[in-house]
Amino acid sequence: MTASRIMRVALPVAALALAILAWDLVVRINALPPYLLPGPGRVAATLVADWPILSEALWVTLSITAQALILATVGGLALGIVLSQSRLIEHSLYPFAVILQVTPVVAIAPLLLIYLPQPMAVLACAWIVAFFPVLANTTLGLNSVDHNLVDLYRLYGASRWQVLWHLKMPAAQPQILAGLRIAGGLALIGAVVAEIAAGSAGAGSGLAYRIAEAGYRLNIPRMFAALVLLSAAGVVIFLALSALSHLMLARWHESVIRTES
Amino acid sequence: MTALQDSGATLLSLRGIRKAYGNGTVALEGFDLDLREGEFLSLLGPSGCGKSTALRLIAGLAAPTAGQVLWPTGAPAPGSVGFVFQEPTLMPWADVTANVALPLRLAGRTRTEVDSTVGETLERVGLGDFAAAYPRELSGGMKMRVSIARALVTRPRLLLMDEPFGALDEITRFRLNDDLVALWRDLGTTVVFVTHSVFESVYLSQRVLAMTPRPGRVFGALDIDVPRRDREFRTSVDYAALCRRGSRLLEDAMAVPAGDHP
Repeated sequence: MTASRIMRVALPVAALALAILAWDLVVRINALPPYLLPGPGRVAATLVADWPILSEALWVTLSITAQALILATVGGLALGIVLSQSRLIEHSLYPFAVILQVTPVVAIAPLLLIYLPQPMAVLACAWIVAFFPVLANTTLGLNSVDHNLVDLYRLYGASRWQVLWHLKMPAAQPQILAGLRIAGGLALIGAVVAEIAAGSAGAGSGLAYRIAEAGYRLNIPRMFAALVLLSAAGVVIFLALSALSHLMLARWHESVIRTES
Repeated sequence: MTALQDSGATLLSLRGIRKAYGNGTVALEGFDLDLREGEFLSLLGPSGCGKSTALRLIAGLAAPTAGQVLWPTGAPAPGSVGFVFQEPTLMPWADVTANVALPLRLAGRTRTEVDSTVGETLERVGLGDFAAAYPRELSGGMKMRVSIARALVTRPRLLLMDEPFGALDEITRFRLNDDLVALWRDLGTTVVFVTHSVFESVYLSQRVLAMTPRPGRVFGALDIDVPRRDREFRTSVDYAALCRRGSRLLEDAMAVPAGDHP
């Protein structure tokens, strides 16, 4: 097990290090100027030098992402539960959720920026893209419960509430957590897209706005530095939600149980 | 129908039951059944003959299209009917204790009451050491024991079992058969056991009802009046003879053309 564990950590780290090394070599050998392609060293230096500006922007983006994710989770769970209670409601409301999901958020953002104050519009964009996977997975999870278990609850006179709370919600946990993991990444994407849209309208202070701004000024190293921060934020969000999933399913679900060989 | 050797009061009567599903399948037609308090009854028949449907009607999980389900001594309250499915049907996120405690929790029993009853029931089915285990950590036979414990935890008047041992290996099945007979003796619960195994039905029950192919009805009965059900009985000439009669009864029942009703 230890050998496979080392492989699981060491291999990605080694591959990443090799890629950075290759990037550095390409820049050095071709003597590329930083305004075309900065090397990894230059990007790191910019990250440190511009940290006051970038950290503030990172904080803004992260807080919008977190708010959007929380609202998407609450909204997706609530609507998923409502939909699972009645076919009538499901058939009436689900099309709206689908329309909202399939319409590209970049296209909705300008409208939202007209109707809503800018921070609200950014939050709304992030929420729209993060909401659907939570809803879809909650609905799927709640509807995939072993029907014999549902019968068993009925046999013992369980109320609708008991079936939902003691049977369907725990049974849907794996799907809901998978939806959350997708929603985390999408919330970040939604926030960035909206910020870019808002940025072109001349307002905003998140990481995406800093990227757009640095682009106008041809400050390529800062664009890269901000990009690195965005990627890192996305990876951290994904890892955090994976850890949450692992923690909640550790005792029982096949997806987390390691079979001993 | 042959005479009952068990003279207990009638617990349940099914009269002229017809059950048709939405897709046009008629699972039961002209199905009659009388169940005596305290007896061990087997419903024997091939797959798809409506055995499981009959069990679901008794449990109240489905309603008959026509006919009556009568409870002469009053309809059962929740918890007075236990059900064991073909699969263990356990909640994988809950440990053995929580799975077995489910019927009591749903009935709103107090914590201390639940704990003592669950502990006692687990001991009874031989799972005393596995109270904190999760279903995935258990073998197929042990999962089925948990399922049986869950069905027994409310001390039901009636225990319905739908081919519970069908997926188990023969050694495990024999052991669970013996334990089931012992539990039935101890608890005095009425049991309806659905199976497609002649040998199992003869070994376990006081009365075997053979069913016709779909749409199912009771074709005939075999009474099994033996003092003991143990390894000696399983290897006895009597057992072999009863199995032969059971097989013949089942063959005759299956020879009834589908849809042919008197």
